[in-house]
Amino acid sequence: MEDLKQLAQNLMELDDQMVACMKCGMCQAVCPVFAETMQEADVTRGKIALLEKLAHEMVKDADQVNDKLNRCLLCGSCAANCPSGVKIMDIFMKARVIVTQFKGLSATKKMIFKGLLTRPKLFNTLTEMSAKFQGPFAKIADQASGAASCAMLNPLLGERHFMPLAKKPFRKDYPQLDTPRGKSGLKVAFYPGCVVDKMFPNVGHAAIKILEHHGVGIFLPKGQACCGIPTLASGDQDTMVSLMKQNIKAFENGTFDYLVTPCATCTATLHETWPKMIDNEDPVFVEKVKDLAAKTMDINAFLVDIVGVKAPAEPKKGGKVVTYHDPCHLSKSLGVAAQPRTLLKLSDNVEFKEMNEANRCCGCGGSFNLYHYDLSKSIGERKAGNVRDAGADIAATGCPACMMQLGDMLSQTGGGVEVKHVLEIYADSL
Amino acid sequence: MSNAKLAKDFEKIVGAGNVMHEEADLHAYSYDSAVLDPQVPALVIKPTTTEQLGPVTALCNEHGLPMTVRGAGTNLSGGTIPHPGGVVVLTNGLNKILEINEEDLYAVVEPGVVTAQFAAQVASKGLFYPPDPGSQAVSTIGGNVAENAGGLRGLKYGVTKDYVMGMDFYDAHGDLIKSGSRTVKCVTGYNLAGLMVASEGTLGVFSNIILKLVPPPKASKAMMAIFPNVQTASETVAAIIANHIVPCTLEFLDNSVIRYVEDFTKAGLPTDAGAILLIEVDGHQAEVIEDAQKVVDICTKCGAKEVKMAETAEEREALWFARRNALPSLARAKPTTVLEDATVPRSQIPAMMEGLDKIAKKYKLDIGTFGHAGDGNLHPTILCDNRDKEEFHRVEEAVDEIFDVALSLKGTLSGEHGIGMAKSKWMEKETSKATLEYSLKMKRAIDPKGILNPTKIIGDV
Ligand SMILES: Cc1cc2nc3c(=O)[nH]c(=O)nc-3n(C[C@H](O)[C@H](O)[C@H](O)COP(=O)(O)OP(=O)(O)OC[C@H]3O[C@@H](n4cnc5c(N)ncnc54)[C@H](O)[C@@H]3O)c2cc1C
Ligand code: SF4
Ligand code: SF4
Ligand code: SF4
Repeated sequence: MEDLKQLAQNLMELDDQMVACMKCGMCQAVCPVFAETMQEADVTRGKIALLEKLAHEMVKDADQVNDKLNRCLLCGSCAANCPSGVKIMDIFMKARVIVTQFKGLSATKKMIFKGLLTRPKLFNTLTEMSAKFQGPFAKIADQASGAASCAMLNPLLGERHFMPLAKKPFRKDYPQLDTPRGKSGLKVAFYPGCVVDKMFPNVGHAAIKILEHHGVGIFLPKGQACCGIPTLASGDQDTMVSLMKQNIKAFENGTFDYLVTPCATCTATLHETWPKMIDNEDPVFVEKVKDLAAKTMDINAFLVDIVGVKAPAEPKKGGKVVTYHDPCHLSKSLGVAAQPRTLLKLSDNVEFKEMNEANRCCGCGGSFNLYHYDLSKSIGERKAGNVRDAGADIAATGCPACMMQLGDMLSQTGGGVEVKHVLEIYADSL
Repeated sequence: MSNAKLAKDFEKIVGAGNVMHEEADLHAYSYDSAVLDPQVPALVIKPTTTEQLGPVTALCNEHGLPMTVRGAGTNLSGGTIPHPGGVVVLTNGLNKILEINEEDLYAVVEPGVVTAQFAAQVASKGLFYPPDPGSQAVSTIGGNVAENAGGLRGLKYGVTKDYVMGMDFYDAHGDLIKSGSRTVKCVTGYNLAGLMVASEGTLGVFSNIILKLVPPPKASKAMMAIFPNVQTASETVAAIIANHIVPCTLEFLDNSVIRYVEDFTKAGLPTDAGAILLIEVDGHQAEVIEDAQKVVDICTKCGAKEVKMAETAEEREALWFARRNALPSLARAKPTTVLEDATVPRSQIPAMMEGLDKIAKKYKLDIGTFGHAGDGNLHPTILCDNRDKEEFHRVEEAVDEIFDVALSLKGTLSGEHGIGMAKSKWMEKETSKATLEYSLKMKRAIDPKGILNPTKIIGDV
């Protein structure tokens, strides 16, 4: 860690936001990481206290503080429940950027973020190659969720039951689209997100089918890039901004009323995080980002709130039991919780059943899952237990990252439960 | 002795991995919910069985090491801010509910059990544990007992002390002391369990606690009464009690709090009201209907502009929403929220409110007041920014004066938040020199090296 004084000074930028934390400790009730470790440095209050102390040069070991800061899913459970309304997510994101400016990115991250994510073509080619090669080595561990295990990859992936890359990414079937408004009179831009594109193309197909069914025009441009949240979570704001630029470019030539995504994390990132990361950018770009952010909407919410899909008077009975896991980025950041349930209750051949703690984080948290797998796993196992207790045949959700985690956890705890996106279930019933 | 060597000795008791000594961990246990300066401990120890509390305490005593037991660290009086260079002992690993006895209506719990989780377990057996501090989602039973925490239901159901039937605790030498029993009646020896209530970790380290349970009320009814001014609202409180109706909850919000809550929640509160009372009666169905009607009559007679009765569960929920959001709304207004809990006899609430008004003007401060009117337990809340030295100095002066006023009205320094470090300098003023001496003598005899949470409540031994 080079210059502690400078680091402290930069962190002081956050002082006004951090001072709003009254140290009431109420975040202990909702933080999934704290629930596992019961350590104060792992709960929001502790992390904020440590950042404050670093900013005021009362703590010297910045690496230790950084380690604590990274033991966080960025799930936003604390922010949603904080009585003082502390802007916790902003503090944590900005603190990660500030600390990373000093520590520098690890070589691996540099390679992945700067070398790969910002070059969607290369990223796509590489994942396609991997998809071809993974076949012989990965064996399906659980037929229901589709999760696989691979002894050869254990050094990298541990004991994870991962979702294999799709044989054919969504992009291959739909390189681009520009269809006119149908009976709904609406037109949306469609942003599948990388995980849907590369792992769950079925979700993309379901989205297209549903939009077409409801007569919604679709604009799907080439050249979409990752939303950038993995880079920002690692403190790399620059790469995020360059990804934003690529995306803005891809969408700027279309006319559409909303931009919809089937990925909870993408929605929250585009809608909430993007506008916060453009302080130093030129005004024209800033306007474009704000405009796109304002138009961004979760696809479940779009279908129910805008298209007007209605809940059935009587919930359906019979068929497979489906339960719903609330992705943090939908329920806590955006307040979208009722709409996906509406779609499930409408769907034929399934019966909706609420699980306990549906609104509790599944423990994935993007790269948190990579660096803190044990923690991620114990949080996820609790979720898997709740799914099983509900007697569900299908665990549905609205975020592909949650789907990966649910698949891993359900597969490892005995398998037999399907993991699906709400859209897949709704599309099947049309 | 070096910290490393000490850490090893503690590890022998609690196991490796349960002694923390990295800078970041130590700093994470340097504060609690009070607006006071943090102090960094030398070690943080996390016992995993209640039996380990004995040898941990004995080792502290052997080395004359100050020890501070920490539950959830939500107390508002600095009770868990450690002594510099001392150790913090965590109880959150001691969180087993050992017994819920449905026949004899009691439960036995370890000290780190979270209050709301305990209450939920009890409720799932069809019984009721009433103490419900605002922090119950995270606070621990050990912390509740050590602070004698109260809650919204204090008026009718009492506070934590009314539910402590007995307790095992470790003395300063690490020996196990037993007091009280599972029977409703018990006069075996001194009421040591009673002595532990509100002792804030200065007299012993609690291990297992026996708590009384009660049958839940069959029915309840909630309402909101709107008053033109504080005066009529507080007269109403006195009138309700004088008419021998004891609501389970009787809460007060002044105009400034109403406005902050409305600003933040847009719940449709009457922002022009001088004050509102939120009242709930419970008991048998017939009794509830009768009491509710009497309360409405009394409110109207005392000058309420309107009384809104909750007819459905949603309407009841909407009423309590306002109360639950009192603190959050105030907390969002300014960076620092200094929440006091000066308490006066119920009849003195108007005088106390008048006093608070004068203090706010004199020190040019923003004070919002809400609280448990039925208990006379008010929470004047000063909104400020503790980074502003000049302003915070005024806050400190105002707090001093708040206590002066409360004491002059035959009130007390603390209704529920405890004395801790925040108010120890005031102890003699409320009690007497002899009272303090008596307490100090007792403390010296029980804890000769002064290791149990030193400086809290009665200051330095
Ligand atoms: C938002 C908020 C709302 C609140 N609302 C209320 C309220 O309505 N009513 C109320 O009364 N208080 C309230 N409080 C104050 C606080 O929550 C209570 O005092 C609570 O009882 C503290 O519990 P804790 O587990 O956090 O204890 P801590 O804060 O960890 O500890 C409190 C004291 O208990 C001692 N202690 C803890 N465990 C043990 C043990 N096993 N043996 C010996 N000593 C021990 C500690 O050393 C310390 O002195 C509130 C606080 C907040 C932040
Ligand atoms: S809930 Fe909010 S104010 Fe309270 S300690 Fe946590 S972050 Fe701070
Ligand atoms: S974002 Fe989630 S994991 Fe991180 S501190 Fe908040 S509640 Fe805990
Ligand atoms: S959440 Fe994941 S899948 Fe969605 S855009 Fe971001 S990185 Fe890509």
